[in-house]
Amino acid sequence: MRYSWLSILTNGLSGQSGWKPAWRAATPKPAYDVIIVGGGGHGLATAYYLASQHGIRNVAVIEKGYIGSGNAGRNTTIIRSNYLLPGNEPFYEWSMKLWEGLEQELNYNAMVSQRGILNLYHSDAQRDAYARRGNAMRLSGVDSQLLGRDEVRAMYPFLDYDNARFPIQGGLLQERAGTARHDAVVWGYARGADRLGVDILQNCEVTGFLREGDRILGVETTRGPIGAGKVGLAVAGSTTRVASKAGLRLPIESHVLQAFVSEGLKPAIDGVITFGAGHFYISQSDKGGLVFGGDIDGYNSYAQRGNLPVVEDVAEGGMALMPRIGRVRLLRMWGGIMDMSMDGSPIIDRTPLPGLYLNAGWCYGGFKATPASGWCFAHLIARNEPHEVARLMRLDRFRTGHLIDEKGVGAQPNLH
Amino acid sequence: MRIPCPYCGERDAHEFSYLGDATLTRPDPAAPDAPDRFFDYVYLRDNPAGAHQEWWYHAYGCRQWVKVERNTLTHAIAGARLARDARDAAGDAAGNVPGDAP
Ligand SMILES: Cc1cc2nc3c(=O)[nH]c(=O)nc-3n(C[C@H](O)[C@H](O)[C@H](O)COP(=O)(O)OP(=O)(O)OC[C@H]3O[C@@H](n4cnc5c(N)ncnc54)[C@H](O)[C@@H]3O)c2cc1C
Ligand SMILES: [Zn+2]
Repeated sequence: MRYSWLSILTNGLSGQSGWKPAWRAATPKPAYDVIIVGGGGHGLATAYYLASQHGIRNVAVIEKGYIGSGNAGRNTTIIRSNYLLPGNEPFYEWSMKLWEGLEQELNYNAMVSQRGILNLYHSDAQRDAYARRGNAMRLSGVDSQLLGRDEVRAMYPFLDYDNARFPIQGGLLQERAGTARHDAVVWGYARGADRLGVDILQNCEVTGFLREGDRILGVETTRGPIGAGKVGLAVAGSTTRVASKAGLRLPIESHVLQAFVSEGLKPAIDGVITFGAGHFYISQSDKGGLVFGGDIDGYNSYAQRGNLPVVEDVAEGGMALMPRIGRVRLLRMWGGIMDMSMDGSPIIDRTPLPGLYLNAGWCYGGFKATPASGWCFAHLIARNEPHEVARLMRLDRFRTGHLIDEKGVGAQPNLH
Repeated sequence: MRIPCPYCGERDAHEFSYLGDATLTRPDPAAPDAPDRFFDYVYLRDNPAGAHQEWWYHAYGCRQWVKVERNTLTHAIAGARLARDARDAAGDAAGNVPGDAP
């Protein structure tokens, strides 16, 4: 069923009784051309683009829980393309372009809202760093504006401009950045993929691989073995756990990142604000909750919850930036498991095992990447060669020294 | 999360900073296969779901390195030893210490 004004109207008049499930509850076939492991945003987007761009429709997405139960359903929904390095920026800009057309493409309201992102700076050195980043963005054809203190004050008069330690001097603004509705992105891609023939297998955990020598021929699952011409991994925080079943050891550590949402308020913050110096960022959801977070906890973790020191750190950052949120009550907090790569950038590549492809290392920033990640991973799997905008996101870059280290902190995941 | 520092006793994790996997041993830079082994050492991790040996530095306490065994699924801590004692217990010069870390 196509969603339209007419379908809303007729269902409104008929007691909402005409809606159909947005995707089928598929049963596993003995084999597929392609199996994607992981029903988060990236896995579902990959399946969708395999079917829509490459005509490969005999595809299954295998998800151990329900789709969107991982990081896709836990993130703070910021989308942006304000990266510095040539290995990243064209990729994230391609993602932004896909976001801009996503809802029409999927016929699904993903609530993409280009409300702008402002990265604050507090010193001359930080200003220089943002000027450089803004210029790098412009060299890649991406919008950016370096704002001074007065321009920032005109946008957000309620920030604390004279904080003793971090007085606000200005900010780097990307107006086309913003937020999207995380669950809707998952559901939209799932529905789109399903309509093109993709099987979505939920509550089906991949427990091992079928192989002949080095070649991967399918997967073992809790619902039995399933054959595949090619297998793509898009399991985010579980990457090393799954890849180790194929004998791969990867440049990835799993870390926990927490996020917070307040009770609903009237519209108060109409864009995304990041306070990197204070380890804090915030936006307001369309429902009214303040959605905010900070740094990863900083130690290896597979527990989808964090610890109090970071809660305190985030709260302090928030109070330093905008003291007026001090009496807002917290509604919920949660954690997700990040696949932190050793240089802070992702991997979309073949693996040493023929037939096995890897999409991983998204760290705390893979939601914005969802469309381009799916697009490039589908391209890689279908054609067996990397897509132009993802060609530097190689697995062997750690061995060859061609790192994509935006922050320049080296092989220390808890610093990225 | 509280970390039982062998010197200071049980302290809030806030007092510590984290380095990571404590099972890695710095390769011999003069070995013929040193580049390969350094690649392994600097970049590749087991990243286990379960028991993990890891280095914590008690920055706001005794300022010593502590080798902690912690479960990454539950955050439960099974034990902690000063780096020096852990190395001595390993009984040979190959026992690693955090100065060896990347
Ligand atoms: C608190 C938080 C805030 C964040 N904020 C942002 C943000 O503002 N902007 C941004 O760009 N990014 C953000 N991120 C990062 C972003 O959410 C992730 O990088 C991205 O969602 C990862 O891709 P995914 O959606 O495919 O992952 P997931 O949704 O985690 O998908 C992986 C799926 O694989 C499944 N799986 C695992 N093992 C198996 C198995 N053995 N068999 C079958 N299935 C398996 C999991 O159940 C899961 O559903 C945030 C993350 C967190 C946790
Ligand atoms: Zn101590």
